[in-house]
Amino acid sequence: MTDRTQTFAKVAELIEPFNKKGVELTDSTTFAGDLEWDSLVVMDFVASVEDEFDILITMNMQAEIETVGQLVDAVDKLKTED
Amino acid sequence: MTEALNNAMDPADEERPPTVPGRDLFSKFDALIAERQALLDTGVRDPFGLVMERVLSPTRAIIRGRETILLGTYNYMGMTFDPDVIAAGKKALDDYGSGTTGSRVLNGTYQGHRECEEALKEFYGTRHAMVFSTGYQANLGLMSTIAGKEDFIILDADSHASIYDGCFLGDAQIVRFRHNSVDDLARRLGRLPADAGKLVVLEGVYSMLGDIAPLKEMVAVAKRHGAMVVVDEAHGMGFFGEHGRGVFEEAGVEDQVDFVVGTFSKSVGTVGGFVVSNHPKFEVLRLVCRPYVFTASLPPSVVATAATSIRKLMHAGEKRAHLWKNSKRLHLGLRELGFDLATPEAQSAIIAVLLPDQQTTVLMWQALLEAGLYVNMARPPATPTGIFLLRCSLCAEHSDEDVGRIIDMFATAGRATGVIA
Ligand SMILES: Cc1ncc(COP(=O)(O)O)c(C=O)c1O
Repeated sequence: MTDRTQTFAKVAELIEPFNKKGVELTDSTTFAGDLEWDSLVVMDFVASVEDEFDILITMNMQAEIETVGQLVDAVDKLKTED
Repeated sequence: MTEALNNAMDPADEERPPTVPGRDLFSKFDALIAERQALLDTGVRDPFGLVMERVLSPTRAIIRGRETILLGTYNYMGMTFDPDVIAAGKKALDDYGSGTTGSRVLNGTYQGHRECEEALKEFYGTRHAMVFSTGYQANLGLMSTIAGKEDFIILDADSHASIYDGCFLGDAQIVRFRHNSVDDLARRLGRLPADAGKLVVLEGVYSMLGDIAPLKEMVAVAKRHGAMVVVDEAHGMGFFGEHGRGVFEEAGVEDQVDFVVGTFSKSVGTVGGFVVSNHPKFEVLRLVCRPYVFTASLPPSVVATAATSIRKLMHAGEKRAHLWKNSKRLHLGLRELGFDLATPEAQSAIIAVLLPDQQTTVLMWQALLEAGLYVNMARPPATPTGIFLLRCSLCAEHSDEDVGRIIDMFATAGRATGVIA
């Protein structure tokens, strides 16, 4: 598995507890539209991603992230910055 | 537009070229309008459209012709009808007129604004105090000014809207931690660059659930990571700590907190906001803080009532004790009736009753109002965790008898709506 595939798999695993409707996850799945998350779910989910990868995703960055693929890319970038 | 909506507000309406039918910038609110209408169609009164026809005292008002006990105000210390406070306001109105018509930094700083800042400095024992036109603006001003693009603001996820809005007004990097979690705060601070500027934002009392922050631990963690700390004591001023300064005083972290934000709209009993600090360069904020510069200052009568009230709050030990007694008694009474409360015991003068959904909450709210008791109804997005609640906030002027009546009213309304058995 490449790094990106691994990150995707881990992110997908973290999405699962909040994926109430069992939406199939691809790079283009959107958090607000497809997963129908409100800001409270986003807060919980972001905290779990931060803790899993030991990174920080600021609210400024979160504003730019709409899809699962964008999140995976952001996580990979933040991991290598450390 | 439908016939009903096409009122006489704008006679030019008819001449406008037709656009996509019914779609305009307001369309984004359609879901909210529909939800609200559906609720009102069930026959309940609008919890957000209430009018106080007359106000008799800090604890009584006439609502729809009926004398009602007020249990949903921020008038914790009951200062709004204090004779000294009223007299000071009337005198200032006579001596200085009805308004300043100007910014604090131009023609809007009168003797009274200075005296109000002096009263705050004495109350908090700080070297500096800056009075804003509201507490909302005090938070907007501090958050947006003190932290720049390279700096980090680390805030509790349940922070008040004015704190969030202050962050959005500025350019800082914003990091959130889970509500009241010391570990979560520590982990996030640990991931930040050691040499970056950091501001940790905390509140003494969180206003929706009435829970207090573990400030001793949180401030220690923040300081260990070299962060500055601001505590918003909007709901703590007047009755926590030896001098009534707030939860941070009670937690014994006064010397560690860099800024305290507060408001005159709660315990002080009027309107206005402030920041106090001992930082040697604090005064420069008067020049760079946009929500301080680009708005008119408070009217002379308002700062006069605020200063008088603040000075009286320094010696309000008895009122404070009575308010604590009432808060604990109401909490216990409601708990014993079987209501689900947001905190295991009374942590502040706010007692939040948790309810399962919007419909039940509104029914319960209405039953109480009809019995002669006003409480706040709160729903998302004002509430933090997607919950509905009735928020009771006590006032030092509620008598023992009032508290007994309030508990009885809750019992009756709770049984009538099926919330309790
Ligand atoms: C925690 C907190 N901060 C600030 C404010 C704003 O205060 P003001 O009413 O003076 O704008 C409030 C009031 O709602 C508050 O609850």
